[in-house]
Amino acid sequence: MDVSQYLDIFLDESKEHLQNLNTQVLALEQDSENMDTINEIFRAAHTFKGMAGTMGYKRMQNLTHDMENVFSEVRNGNLKVNGAMIDVLFQCLDALEEYITNIQDSADEGENDNEPLISALNGLLDGKDEAPKQEKVVESKEAPTPEVKEEPADGKWNSINFNNDEQKALDNAISSGKNIYGLTVVVQDSCLLKAARAFLVFKAIEELGEIIAATPSVQDIEDEKFEFDFSLIVGSEADAGKVQAAVKSVSEIADCIIAPFQVAGETVEEAVVETTEVANVTTEPVKKAAKEESSSANKSQEKKSGSKPQVNRTVRVDIEKLDVLMNLVSELIIAKNSLVSSATAGNKESGGTFNEQIEYLESVTTNLHESVMKVRMVPIESVVNKFPRMIRDLAKKLDKPMELYMSGEETELDRTVVDEIGDPLMHLLRNSADHGLETPDVRISRGKPEVGSIYLDAYQDGNNVVIEVRDDGNGIDIEAVRNKAIERGVVTEEQAMALEEDEVIQLLFSAGFSTAKVVSDVSGRGVGLDVVKSKIEALSGEVEVKTKLGEGTTFIIRLPLTLAIIQALMVVVGDEKYAISLGSIQTIEDISPADIKTVQSKEVINLRGTVIPIIRLDEILDCKSTRDPNENMVAAIVKKGDKLAGLIVDELIGQQEIVIKSMGKYINKCKFISGATILGDGEIALILDANALI
Amino acid sequence: MAYDISTNVNDIIQFIVVNIGNEQYGIDINYIDNIVRMQSITRVPKVSPYLRGVINLRGEVIPVMSLRIKMGLEPDEVTKNTRIIIIKMNHESIGLIVDSVKEVVNINMNEVEKVSFDNREDSFVMGIGKQDAGLISLLDLVAVLQE
Repeated sequence: MDVSQYLDIFLDESKEHLQNLNTQVLALEQDSENMDTINEIFRAAHTFKGMAGTMGYKRMQNLTHDMENVFSEVRNGNLKVNGAMIDVLFQCLDALEEYITNIQDSADEGENDNEPLISALNGLLDGKDEAPKQEKVVESKEAPTPEVKEEPADGKWNSINFNNDEQKALDNAISSGKNIYGLTVVVQDSCLLKAARAFLVFKAIEELGEIIAATPSVQDIEDEKFEFDFSLIVGSEADAGKVQAAVKSVSEIADCIIAPFQVAGETVEEAVVETTEVANVTTEPVKKAAKEESSSANKSQEKKSGSKPQVNRTVRVDIEKLDVLMNLVSELIIAKNSLVSSATAGNKESGGTFNEQIEYLESVTTNLHESVMKVRMVPIESVVNKFPRMIRDLAKKLDKPMELYMSGEETELDRTVVDEIGDPLMHLLRNSADHGLETPDVRISRGKPEVGSIYLDAYQDGNNVVIEVRDDGNGIDIEAVRNKAIERGVVTEEQAMALEEDEVIQLLFSAGFSTAKVVSDVSGRGVGLDVVKSKIEALSGEVEVKTKLGEGTTFIIRLPLTLAIIQALMVVVGDEKYAISLGSIQTIEDISPADIKTVQSKEVINLRGTVIPIIRLDEILDCKSTRDPNENMVAAIVKKGDKLAGLIVDELIGQQEIVIKSMGKYINKCKFISGATILGDGEIALILDANALI
Repeated sequence: MAYDISTNVNDIIQFIVVNIGNEQYGIDINYIDNIVRMQSITRVPKVSPYLRGVINLRGEVIPVMSLRIKMGLEPDEVTKNTRIIIIKMNHESIGLIVDSVKEVVNINMNEVEKVSFDNREDSFVMGIGKQDAGLISLLDLVAVLQE
C-alpha cells in the first residue's frame, strides 16, 4: 500500500504528538502522581505507535511500543515514575524526533535502532518487580483479577467493564439462551478506513446476534479511535465458527479470535467489584483515569482544531474561519449582482443606490480581507511550547536551577512569521539561561531566590505583536560590553568611550560578539544576537533591550501582525506618492514654519509639551517639495517604541488598504523603503518604513 | 550559472539581438521572460543611478535598469522603439532598457570568440558572435546584474 500521500499528515500529527509528549513528560516530572498526565502520555505513545506502524516505520513503532509498555505499567500502578525514567523518556522523545526529521528529509526513518534506549526501557520494566512490591501486594488484595493484565491481546474482551445497560443486555442475552462470545477483531495494519471496516464487522455480527459491549467503546470505534484491534462481547444463537466466518468475510480484516465468554458471574462481577473498590480506595485518580480515557480522545480532537504545528506550508484552519469566508464570498456575489442590476436598470434611480452598492462592496471586501488574514494566522503556541523542555535540559546542563514562565501562547501571528520566529526566540532564551542568570551561589549571595526565572510573554499591541524574553539575572554589564567591543575590534577605544549606554547595548547585536568568558555549547559563539536581529528585521520587526545591572534583562521583539496587506496613509511628496503604514502614525499635525526650532542643528517642534524631531521627506527622498516654504506644513507624527518623529509631507491623499509587494533583491538598497504597492490606477507607490526613518 | 562557455561547446543558443547606442548586443533567450514597451517608471530614492525605478508588470513590481547608464553611455532617450527586456534569473525579475529590439539569432557557441581585448572588471560581454548582420556582443547577464 502506498502511504506516501499520507506522509504530510503523518509528519504533521507526529510532531503534534511529540510536542504533546514533551509537554506531558515535563508535567510528569513536576507531578509524578498525576493520572491525567500519565494517561495522556500513554494515549499519545499508543497513537504514535499506531501511526508509525501504519506508515511502516518499524523502528519508530518498536520504540513507541516499549514506551507504551512502560506507561501501561505506570498506569496500572506497577511502576513508579522517577527521575531516571523521566530522563530515559526524554531521550526516547529525542530519538523519535530524530526519526521524524529523517522521515521529513528522506521519507525514511533512518538506521538507528536506538537499542540502548529500548533496553533502558525494558530495564525500567524489569525493575518494577523489585521496587514497588509493597504496592503490588496491596493491589492484588484489592483487585483479585490479576489475570486481566497478563491476558494476551486475544483476551482483551475480559477487560471490558460493563455499564448498567450493557450488563442488562448481557443478562437478557443469557436468559434468552444465547451463546455469549468474546471476540477480538484485528484489522490489517495497512487498512486506512478502519472505522468503515469496523462498521461492516458490526453489521455482519448484528445479522447473527447482538453486540453487548465493546472495547474501545462503540462510539470510539466508529470515530476510528482504536488502533488495529477491538474487542466485543457478542450474544448470538449461531455458533462461534459462524460468527468468526462472518467477521472474516469483511475485507481487510486480518484476524478474528473468538472464544466463549465466561458469563459465570464471578469474572464479570469481580471485574466490576474491582473497579468500584479501587475507585473507593483511591477514588479520584482512577475515576479521573476512566474519564480521561473517554475524554482524551475528544480532547485531542479539540486541540487539533486549534491549529498546532505543521509541516510544509500548510495552515490548519478552524472550520469556523472558513465558514465566515464562505459567507463573505456569498455576500460579495450578492453585492456584484446588485451592482449589475443597478447598472442595467439604467439611470432612473441609480445615483444613490449605486453609491450604496459601492459602500456595501467596500465593507464586504474589507471583511473578506480580514478573514483571509485570520486564516493565515496561527498561535505562536506551536513554536513556544518546545521551550519548557529546552529550559529544563539547559538547567541540567548548566547546573543552574531555572524556571520558565510563559504567557500569551495563544497570541496569533502570520504563518510566515511564526515559522521564522522560533530560532531567534530560542537564541534569546539560551542567552538568558547561559549569560543572564547567575550561578545559584551568586544568586544566593545577592539575596535572590536560588532558582532563576525566565519569562516569555507574548501579547498584541495595536498592529504589532510583542514578544518579551525577560530574566531576573545579572543584567548586561555595560562596561564589560564596552571593553569587549574594543577587544574584538568592533569599535575603537575613543569610539567606545563616546558611546551612550543604549548604543553600547546595540553593540551586542553586531556580528561576532559574545561576552561570555567561556565558550559553551549552549551559547557563546557570538553568533546569537546578530542572527536574532537580522532575522527579526527580515520579518519587518525590531528588537529592543532593557537591562539593569544586577536585576535582569528584557529583550523586546516587536513584529507586525501580518506581512501581506496593511492599512496605510497615502501621502504626496514632490510629485510622487508614498504610503506610510497607519500602524505607526500617531497623529497628523498642521505646523507653522515658525514653530520649527533647531536643537543641536536638528529641526524639532514642540508638540503639546513634547519635543519631536522633524524629518523633511523631500530631502530624504531626493525630490523637490511643491509647497511654498512659508506656508503651514503637514506633518505625520510617527511612533517607534517610545520615540516620536514628525514626517513633513506635501499633501495627504487619504487612508487606503494596500497590498505590499516586494521589489526584488536588485533594488532593496534603500533601507527606508520597505516595499511597493500598486494603486487602483496601476501606478506604483513606494511604502515608507517609518521605523527606519526615526 | 550556465555561462561557462566550455561546457556548452556544441550548443546552439538563441539570442535576442538588441541595439544599445551603435552596438548590437545579444541576450540569451532562455533568461528572457518578456519584452514590453517603455512605460512609466516609478523612481526609487537612494539607489544606484542605473536603477531607474520600478514598473508594474501585470501586478508584479519589477525593478528596471538602464543598460546605457550601467555601461557608462548617455542616458536613455525614450523613442517609440524603446523596449524593456524582462530578465528572469534565479526567480528574480529585472527589466533592462534597450534602444530597440532587432531579431532573434541562432549562435553556435563553438564559433563565439571569447573577448580577450580587455580584462576590465566592468566588462559585461562574455563573447562575440558573428552573424551576417555583423558582430554581436553577447551579454554576460551575471556581470550585468551584479552591483
